[in-house]
Amino acid sequence: MNDSKRAPQKKQRRTRPKPLIAYALRYWPRYLVVLVTLLIAVSLNAMTPQVLGRIIDDVVVGGKTEMLMSLLIMLVIVGVGHGIFNYIKEYNADRIGILVGKDLRRDLFQHIQKLSASFFSKNNTGELMARVKDDVDRVWFIMGFAGMLIFECVIHSAVTLFFMARVSLLLTALPVAIMIVVGIIALIMEKKLNKCWDDISNENAELTTIAQENLSGVRTVKAFSREKYEKQKFASHNQKYYDLNMNMARVLIRFHPIISVASKLLITLVIILGGLIIIFDYNNLTLGGDGALFSIGGSKLTLGGLTAFVEYANGIIWPMECIGWLSNELAGAIASNRKIRKIMLEQPEIQSPEDAVVLDEVKGHVTFDNVSFSMGETEILRNVSFDLPAGNTIGIMGMTGSGKSTIVNLLERFYDVTDGSVMLDGVDVRKLSLSTLRGGISVVSQDVFLFSDSIEENIKLGSRDRISAERMQSASRSACASEFIEKLGSQYETIIGERGVGLSGGQKQRISIARAIAKNAPILVLDDATSALDMETEHDIQRSLGQLQDVTKIIIAHRISAVKDADEIIVLDNGSIAERGTHDQLMAMDGRYRETYNAQYGA
Amino acid sequence: MSVNSFREDEEQKVVLNSKTMLRLYKYLLAYRWQIVLVLIIMSVTITISLVNPLIIERAINVHVAEKDWRSLISLGVIAVVINMVFFFGIKLRMLIMSKMSNQVLMTIRDQLYSHIQKLGFGFFDSRPTGKILARIIGDVNSLKEVLSDSVTTLIPDMLTVVSIAAIMLIKDYRLAMAAIITLPLLILLMTIVQRFAHKGWQDHRKKSSNLNAFVHEELSGARVIQSFCAEEQSMTDLDELIGRYTKSFSRAVRWSDAFGPSIDLVWSIGGFILYYIAVRVIGVGNIGVGTIIAFSTYMSMFWTPIRNLSNYYNKLVSNVSAAERVFDILDTEPELVDREGAGELPEISGRVRFENVSFAYADEKEKRVLDNVSFDVQPGETIALVGPTGAGKTTIINLIGRFYDIEEGRILIDDYDLKDVTIESLRQQLGVMTQENFIFSGTIKENIRYGRLDATDEEIEAAAKAVGAHDFIMRLEKGYDTELSEGNGLSAGQRQLVAFARTMVSSPRILILDEATSSIDTKTELMVQAGIQRLLEGRTSFVVAHRLSTIKRADRIFVIDDGHICEQGSHDQLMELKGKYYDLYQAQFLSI
Repeated sequence: MNDSKRAPQKKQRRTRPKPLIAYALRYWPRYLVVLVTLLIAVSLNAMTPQVLGRIIDDVVVGGKTEMLMSLLIMLVIVGVGHGIFNYIKEYNADRIGILVGKDLRRDLFQHIQKLSASFFSKNNTGELMARVKDDVDRVWFIMGFAGMLIFECVIHSAVTLFFMARVSLLLTALPVAIMIVVGIIALIMEKKLNKCWDDISNENAELTTIAQENLSGVRTVKAFSREKYEKQKFASHNQKYYDLNMNMARVLIRFHPIISVASKLLITLVIILGGLIIIFDYNNLTLGGDGALFSIGGSKLTLGGLTAFVEYANGIIWPMECIGWLSNELAGAIASNRKIRKIMLEQPEIQSPEDAVVLDEVKGHVTFDNVSFSMGETEILRNVSFDLPAGNTIGIMGMTGSGKSTIVNLLERFYDVTDGSVMLDGVDVRKLSLSTLRGGISVVSQDVFLFSDSIEENIKLGSRDRISAERMQSASRSACASEFIEKLGSQYETIIGERGVGLSGGQKQRISIARAIAKNAPILVLDDATSALDMETEHDIQRSLGQLQDVTKIIIAHRISAVKDADEIIVLDNGSIAERGTHDQLMAMDGRYRETYNAQYGA
Repeated sequence: MSVNSFREDEEQKVVLNSKTMLRLYKYLLAYRWQIVLVLIIMSVTITISLVNPLIIERAINVHVAEKDWRSLISLGVIAVVINMVFFFGIKLRMLIMSKMSNQVLMTIRDQLYSHIQKLGFGFFDSRPTGKILARIIGDVNSLKEVLSDSVTTLIPDMLTVVSIAAIMLIKDYRLAMAAIITLPLLILLMTIVQRFAHKGWQDHRKKSSNLNAFVHEELSGARVIQSFCAEEQSMTDLDELIGRYTKSFSRAVRWSDAFGPSIDLVWSIGGFILYYIAVRVIGVGNIGVGTIIAFSTYMSMFWTPIRNLSNYYNKLVSNVSAAERVFDILDTEPELVDREGAGELPEISGRVRFENVSFAYADEKEKRVLDNVSFDVQPGETIALVGPTGAGKTTIINLIGRFYDIEEGRILIDDYDLKDVTIESLRQQLGVMTQENFIFSGTIKENIRYGRLDATDEEIEAAAKAVGAHDFIMRLEKGYDTELSEGNGLSAGQRQLVAFARTMVSSPRILILDEATSSIDTKTELMVQAGIQRLLEGRTSFVVAHRLSTIKRADRIFVIDDGHICEQGSHDQLMELKGKYYDLYQAQFLSI
């Protein structure tokens, strides 16, 4: 969609998602268990009428009471045995379902995690959540329990048809014909349901998105007292969700009764046809006159045979009814699988090249060489160049939307430059492995994102095993966070709410600064990272950052105080560098920088 | 505040299963006439199913045996006609049932969502969004089958069981007792299995909710994860959560799947007892062969509905925990409610008074965030609040908007006590801007219009112009119609400007800015301030800011420390005082 304008990247690795069957095959032994126990359970079930029949025929009618005990024990064995094998079957089918679901969910999540910023700006969190949760659920249901039922229906029908054929081959044509009709109806229904499920799945994602935004934005909702509006918004989608579910129900209502009645009528037809065969003695119906090329029917259909046949016909009613229900589940799973595959087919626009350069040690020399960057038609950066030797500090200022954060995005390679190049230690970032690149940069972004987890986990993000408690604490001290953290009830183990709710803006910023310092990367980027701090705290943090001698620093800020000690300060305007120099040089220039200084210090 | 994370299970009130079930059934009560209709239809269709074997019997035994093909055909015609009735019966039943269950689902979801809108910040802050979402979407959805089965299985199958039991008792009470005697065993087994299964499902739903919370956060914070190369670690966490989720499911189905075998067991014991008593204890001669044969048919007729019922019960048990979770939220009392008889706050002039206000957050009652604070702000005044983090600045602002209720003292706007007016009429006249400005998915225009739903395009543009957002918006390809997905594509400063425009368009009588300009550069900030002054001339405003350039312009400055206002006055007055404010001001230059 949006890659047409981009220069084709040569050595892009394309990954194709595994087909669903590959997930299932991994658990073939379990499927085998299900199949075997299913066969045993079905045959045990078939034995029950025979045992009961013998109790009636031999014991009750025939008076052979000495056989009672052994027959009754057999009855219990058959019953309990059926129960046990059925249990093994169902439990394993359920296990398969959840295991396949587990693998699928894991792969989907891992894949989404690799995707690029542009993917996340196109897809709402709520929608992705619905895919990972509800759509995966629907797929695993069909791989497990529902799949087992399909097995069961097929096996049951096949066995029954076999017995029917032994009674009368001619008459068996009738259930076969009806089963074909039912099969065709199920196929048509499945196709129509598929469309319905597609819509339902999308609306489910929509509903999730609306609720998710409402919950995440609860402070905004309440500030504007927009509860009523939010309720209406949700209610209209809730209604739509209802309508779509009713659409699905209508398809079922249109087709399912046909299947039900067809299976019920089957018996009537069997009797009439069978009756006619007996009455008119069509058993000897032959084709080709006396030459008897072949005779239809095999053994002669008798009254008793017809009774047995009807019994068997009774036994294939439920598999047929079941097919109607299953084709609905199947349609849902297919629709969901399609949604999942669509995401799995998305390729990360940005990934490590195949022959990625891996640096043993990143020194932290950052170079922007004539960098331009556009998004769609909008030009965001134009010919930006600067050289930042390892250990130096650059300050970046500029108006809102002048492209400051884009510099960080390009350095971290969340986007690729349109023109020019960004280099780390003399290597184009596009040639570096992403882990070398991003591992070498610590970013405190202007949007603080914290996880609803302990403060410790938040500071140690991504390097739980590598960051010691001392390093965590010293990083917190450098970020002026240790004082308030240690005042909290459980200190570093205190759990903070999602996005750090419960903490003030300044506290959140300090934790995110501590997180970046703890990462201990050779390059530290502070993207407007101290905006919510009071001046004293900001000053303290600046002092402790000044002590990080070997670290290359990129400081984006609005306050003069944050950048004035930098080796070089650039002032961006509309995507290009308007002024550059040290604090003193810029003050002497009497330009934008000076203007900002005056506004802030009222000189 | 105790906060729940994706690593821990949610706490839930313990509620009796039967109570939850009854509450669920209550939703069906609204559809009693439809239910009656469904039951009538079902009794017709069940009768047809019962008549079918009779027709078959007659066809085989009489017509085929006597080679009467005409009667055979006419019987076939009758069967077709009856089945047509059956056909339309099913159709009607399915229609009514799917309407009913989907409508109940919609009702529950609406109720749940509406109720959540009433809850206070405490509710949202103490648990991850993903967990609340799991209840609104997943838990509600899983009630669907239980609801429809409650009508189509519960009542008809119960009736069938009872009537067959009655027929058996009439036919031969001794054999009937033998057939029924195993039922208590079944009930016992079910109760045991149910207890474990319910616990299992409850646990599974919590694990599922944890997973949901995790996925939600990781997806929202995907960028941070990538930036910190934390993918591997997050996969480790995911594996752990999925592992627990999988395990809890397996544990639940281990019990749930035992429902079927319990019936098999009880059924075969029942058969054993029946025939044993019939043949050995009473004797075939004393009962009659016909009766025993009849009883063997009744037994299978008796057990089919019992099997259905226990399947239904199983489904109920596995989903009742979903219902519990839904009702758990519905039972959470909103902290803030309009006082009974609360009136609308009329258009105000903007005087704000605190009279001896003290406040502590509900979970830390002993820690007073504000202690005996009083002030009187005149209409049109601009007040700056300064002070260290945690001093109580944000609390004062939250109290003006009545986001929390105070324990002591009074807060008056004009001459109205906040507690005497409706929350909605109060907040509609306030423009509150915090550091967290949520941008909804939708166009820029829609986002600004959120401030006042009936704002015209011109008013929206005027507001954007006033805060200096117009220029950058026009530079975007689609201008005001640019789609923002959760604010993606805008810088933090730009998002702040859009949020500013949103507040401006609402034309508030009192403006409250809590660090609202922190991500905006100084030059733009000056523009924003000029814009505010033009659009909201004469409005009262409260400003929390760290930049002195912002603070200095205020009419009065309140220096807040430790829950008190320790200094107040204009910039010049406070500088002269050489107190805390003076120190703060010096710190600004210290860094130069």
